[in-house]
Amino acid sequence: MDKNILEVNNLHVSFKTRNGEVPAVRGVNFSLKKGETLAIVGESGSGKSVTAKSIMQLLPKQNTIIPEGEVLYEGKDLLKFSKKEIQNVRGSDISMVFQDPMTSLNPTMKIGKQITEGLSRHMKLTKKQARERAKEMLELVGIPNAEARLDAYPHQFSGGMRQRVVIAIALACNPKVLIADEPTTALDVTIQAQILRLMRGLQEKTDTAIILITHDLGVVANMADRVAVMYAGEVVEQGTLDEIFYRPQHPYTLGLLRSMPNLDAPRTEPLIPIPGSPPDPASLGTGCPFAARCPYTMKVCHDHNPGYTAVSGTQAVRCWLQDERTPEDHIPEVIRKGRQTSEIAADQAAIDAAGGVPV
Amino acid sequence: MKRYLLQRFAYAALTLFIIVSATFLLMQLLPGTPYSNAEKLTESQRAILDAKYGLDKPVAIQYLTYIGNLVQGDLGYSFQYQGRTVMSMIGDRIGPSALIGLQGLVFGTIIGLVLGIVSALRHNTALDYASVTIAVLGMSIPSFVFAALLQYYIGVKLGWLPVALWENYQSTILPSLALSVTVIATVARFIRSEMLEVLGQDYVTTARAKGLNESGVIWKHVIRNALIPVVTMLGPLAVSIMTGTLVIEKIFGVPGLGEQFTLSILVLDYSVIMGITLLYSALFIFVVFVVDVLYGLLDPRIDLKGGSKA
Repeated sequence: MDKNILEVNNLHVSFKTRNGEVPAVRGVNFSLKKGETLAIVGESGSGKSVTAKSIMQLLPKQNTIIPEGEVLYEGKDLLKFSKKEIQNVRGSDISMVFQDPMTSLNPTMKIGKQITEGLSRHMKLTKKQARERAKEMLELVGIPNAEARLDAYPHQFSGGMRQRVVIAIALACNPKVLIADEPTTALDVTIQAQILRLMRGLQEKTDTAIILITHDLGVVANMADRVAVMYAGEVVEQGTLDEIFYRPQHPYTLGLLRSMPNLDAPRTEPLIPIPGSPPDPASLGTGCPFAARCPYTMKVCHDHNPGYTAVSGTQAVRCWLQDERTPEDHIPEVIRKGRQTSEIAADQAAIDAAGGVPV
Repeated sequence: MKRYLLQRFAYAALTLFIIVSATFLLMQLLPGTPYSNAEKLTESQRAILDAKYGLDKPVAIQYLTYIGNLVQGDLGYSFQYQGRTVMSMIGDRIGPSALIGLQGLVFGTIIGLVLGIVSALRHNTALDYASVTIAVLGMSIPSFVFAALLQYYIGVKLGWLPVALWENYQSTILPSLALSVTVIATVARFIRSEMLEVLGQDYVTTARAKGLNESGVIWKHVIRNALIPVVTMLGPLAVSIMTGTLVIEKIFGVPGLGEQFTLSILVLDYSVIMGITLLYSALFIFVVFVVDVLYGLLDPRIDLKGGSKA
């Protein structure tokens, strides 16, 4: 197996506020391999952007605390890096694409300059070389007449074009990891599809690993190899795309999938929302953060937060339903069925691995 | 661009015309005469004087005569000083005002920018609070208080600089300093809030995410964008401070324009009042125009040619 290029272990991030410390990320774990796309899904305030920004250490220093955890990039803990060292990583090894292309470019700086800035910083190119590379990047992201467009300002571009420019900036120095924080949320649907196609195409060419942060399950289905579902600052479930979409084991994941419209379902069938709203991060108890909204709550859920249970080699979930002490008849049909199929899939995989002996 | 300039010029001329007309009419409403000893004059003496200065004619005629002369560049003669043209009076007085004003402006802008920028970069620290306090004090305490303090401590106690009067270059320093207090406070407050706003912008995060070092981010992305709006504020501030302020000029005995203006209003020296008002207005209009042009150069989103904005 390939080595992990990025590994986040037990990451905690809190913000200092007037009412004390508020935990935004509470023990997040995930890993990323070369060329892989990991989607981090979750609703607003679930801590997905904070997780992403803390990898790059882009959170405001004055009010951010990272009490625990490590972010290993090629085995080295980025959280222990000096200011200078992290600056060398930013934009060259790991780079980022932001949500709103209308505001993430400097309005008074020419596009070319905004691309070459990072190039001359990291790749030590001369002005001419950097400009040449910037032109190539614009061509790569599909901006016509690239040479002339280098001297244009952001306001002369449309939203989709700007996001292409932002992607060009992010990929200019051939990063190994690209963090895309809701890269298509601010764009309309046709442009979304273009941008996603562009990102996938570039990933194939450059073998960049992508962390895709989104709340759009459609985007996830389109892009991801693996998915981490975040809720209230925790990764509640993690697995391959198929596992998460077809064999979800966490009631929250299940709820998310059920609330998504399905083209094949009869039109009269209503969507099923998840009742309630996410907990206030400032007043989280000791129990499972989803307990209050979960249709399958048990007594234990309110008092104790469950640990991870590995469902398969790739899927892990934080839920008491997975505990062996949970009575079998309390476990809802969907989750039980999912678990069985995943066992079958695992057996099948084991058989395949063993040389494909037919049953 | 040519069309834009012509348009601006036409508007400027129109504005000036309205200001001149309004001032002329308002002045006529003031009670009294330009003669300092009016009560001692007999009817016939007054009639002779009125005839000499054209004050016996109807207001409409006086107005038309004034406009006619003005169009030919003639601001007329002072009523108060025998045989002196308004032009020469303004010429004599504007020098000192402009000098102390310019010095105060340059010094105040530099100090204000440094104070405001440092304050924003050290947001919510003791340094920030200190500079905000300085700015609030500078805004709220009238400049004559600072003038008096400067005179007492630097002029009298330390004796480093002359307390007042207009004799040599040293005489210009204290009035300039007194004038700069307002500039420091205004500029510092303004640039601080602009900086804080820009620091919170997404493109600053983008710049950091590129791996630029902090000073690169601040200089190339933050300060440049924060400075643009400051230009708008500096223009009018420059006009008001360089055309002389009555209080500072009085306190330091500077023979400037502000002092002359007040004096002329008190004695109803019609032509001088008109002349100085006209100068203020023209300068103001000109500076606003310069600011607009500068804005177009500094901010690529603004296109003076009137082209469509993307």
